[in-house]
Amino acid sequence: MKARVHITLKSGVLDPQGKAIAHALGSLGFAGVDDVRQGKFIEIKLTEQDRGKAEAAVKQMCEKLLANTVIENYTVELVG
Amino acid sequence: MKAAVIVFPGSNREHDVVDALNRASGSKPQLVWHGEGTLPKADLIVLPGGFSYGDYLRTGAIAAHSPIMREVKARADKGTPVIGICNGFQVLCESGLLPGVLLRNAALKFICRNVDLKVENSDSLFTRRYNPGDVLSVPVAHGDGNYFADNETLDRLEGEGRVAFRYCTAEGAVTAEGNANGSARNIAGIFNARKNVLGMMPHPENATDPRLGSTSGKPLFDAIAEALA
Repeated sequence: MKARVHITLKSGVLDPQGKAIAHALGSLGFAGVDDVRQGKFIEIKLTEQDRGKAEAAVKQMCEKLLANTVIENYTVELVG
Repeated sequence: MKAAVIVFPGSNREHDVVDALNRASGSKPQLVWHGEGTLPKADLIVLPGGFSYGDYLRTGAIAAHSPIMREVKARADKGTPVIGICNGFQVLCESGLLPGVLLRNAALKFICRNVDLKVENSDSLFTRRYNPGDVLSVPVAHGDGNYFADNETLDRLEGEGRVAFRYCTAEGAVTAEGNANGSARNIAGIFNARKNVLGMMPHPENATDPRLGSTSGKPLFDAIAEALA
């Protein structure tokens, strides 16, 4: 199965890249963009068959390496 | 003094810091490749500047989990002095040896120039040759030097005298104008609780000779050499 991990900046953490993207969208003529927050998407192919175990393992991966929980939140979605 | 300078794939200022330490102490530090299983006996451990692992995932994140970092952490816990400069500071934060994290510069630009730094605390092995309030001119070269921590952590750092350096104006004013990269409370360098670990974004090793344009960083290396002689 695959794990899809979304990593986003916590609210309150300044996101200058998101601001630059919002600005660029405005320059391209896209009206109505209020705010942009950017993050990361990581897809992990797993050999684990047990969904519970897979989810626990991926959460550990997030805590230890994939996300920095000082500034980032993460969500884990299992597919397949 | 025996110093060990840890080299990761993508480190690029290791020879600068070796040279600065060599000139200050008369003893050439040993370069240690991150993949080597053991860390030699050392009075000082240096994590140099650069772009370890291409800054993939987050700056310093992958180097922080390199096997040799377990040994660096164990030595730091026992009291061995550790200094992390630029990418080394990012690695120290990611490894949990120092609190907080270095975010992308507020203005999104890579900054490569001399900045003014105010010495905040001279009561440490690293900063004892300075006086609090001294204004130093030291180069920075980074895209991710914007120090961030929650307010509680920032209050604790300040309350415990753990801010080593702050960005300031040439006159020494700690203001938004003097803040090179948007760092929380203008923080450019911090200590751990025991003050045997220092992390800083600016490069004191590149300010140790008049030919480099500044000698502001020299007292830091002289202080280390004196303390660990």
